[in-house]
Amino acid sequence: MNKLVLSNITRFILLILLQVTILSNINFLGFINPYLYVLFILLLPLNLDHWKVIIYSFLIGIIIDVFQDSGGINAAASLVAAYLRPNVLKFAFGVSYEFQTIKFYQTPFAQRLTYILLIVFIHHFVLFSFAYFNFTYILEILENTLFSGIFTVLLVVISMILFRKRRR
Amino acid sequence: MQQIFNFLIRHKNTLLFLLLLFLSVLFTVQSHSYHKSKFINSANFLTGGVYNWVNDIDEYFNLKEYNNRLVEENKYLRSRLGELNAESSDTIYQDTSSFDNPYKFISAKVIRNQFSNIDNYILINKGKKDSVHNDLGVITSRGIVGIVEESSNNFSRVISILNTNSSISVQLKNTNHFGSLVWNGKDPNIVQLEEVPRLAPVHKGDTITTDGRSYIFPKGIPVGVVDDFELDVNQSYYKIDVRLFNDMTNIGYVYIIDNQNLEELKSLEKEENE
Repeated sequence: MNKLVLSNITRFILLILLQVTILSNINFLGFINPYLYVLFILLLPLNLDHWKVIIYSFLIGIIIDVFQDSGGINAAASLVAAYLRPNVLKFAFGVSYEFQTIKFYQTPFAQRLTYILLIVFIHHFVLFSFAYFNFTYILEILENTLFSGIFTVLLVVISMILFRKRRR
Repeated sequence: MQQIFNFLIRHKNTLLFLLLLFLSVLFTVQSHSYHKSKFINSANFLTGGVYNWVNDIDEYFNLKEYNNRLVEENKYLRSRLGELNAESSDTIYQDTSSFDNPYKFISAKVIRNQFSNIDNYILINKGKKDSVHNDLGVITSRGIVGIVEESSNNFSRVISILNTNSSISVQLKNTNHFGSLVWNGKDPNIVQLEEVPRLAPVHKGDTITTDGRSYIFPKGIPVGVVDDFELDVNQSYYKIDVRLFNDMTNIGYVYIIDNQNLEELKSLEKEENE
């Protein structure tokens, strides 16, 4: 159990540093940045109490916000993603997740991808809606959500493949 | 009573979510209004320290570019010096103490620059210790950058001209028609000049400079050139696209302008209004 806590704390710090020092400065094609720190919310233990998920997600969001001078947009986006996480999990993995019998890395890839896609796009849509804070910019919001979302999903999948725990 | 507790316990997740969401919306709203975002602010020792550390590495990749800029600026200043010497050799001696320059310049380094968001901020490595405080203008040798919004001891946050909350008073260099400089959130090299009256003769390639009306920037700091222009819907004002002289994606070193007469000017203006 302690090992699990430690690995989540390490992930928390590393993802924040990676996000603010490198990923937020990529500006691919001028405006596309991945928000890989969502990986922290995705990988929080599936059986963790919901209120803890909400608080930890809020924390990572607000810290990113302090670094980027962005008000509360990352906090809000992470919160919404965290709040909807149980529903998304139920949708992606079926009811079996509720009995806490599944191991994340043993689920079929398609189910995992559904989970990642939903969480990432929910997060990004809220993020950019709050960033522009004005629905006359709806095209920019959707464009940013789509492109940054694809970038983030790619990075999430790659890092999951690279850092998955080997049990053999 | 029991029922209230039951309700609270049953819905604790939703209530927690709503509470925190309210907080983040509050912070977001504050960040969209000028001079309000006190809490969520990167000008503190932790974030400033991290960016400072990253910048120490990042700086090396731009050294050549910054050197070129310095040489360019030195060349310009040298030529000005030559002109001044030539002028002053045959004029009467003047008591320069009465012509004291009210503007004090402080040099600083940009340690974090944003340009891809809709509201961009710049973090610089000078703060209250170096007598940097809010509402000071920030420029480079090429043009304006923004206005200091918040200072901690060692760092300051600058509200970039690439920010929808920023509005700076500028003029056409030739004709003194003024307007305000804003940004529409699209291209980091193009900003918009609004409220220039229809009477003003605007041409492509005209230079835009600051007009000194806000006292933050001295008159005549270069901004950019007219890239494109059209009349607005009412046909009474121009909407002008201004191509900046500065490369806002690579700023490097900046100068902070402190107008020593600011207090005096402001108190005079206050008296006028009363």
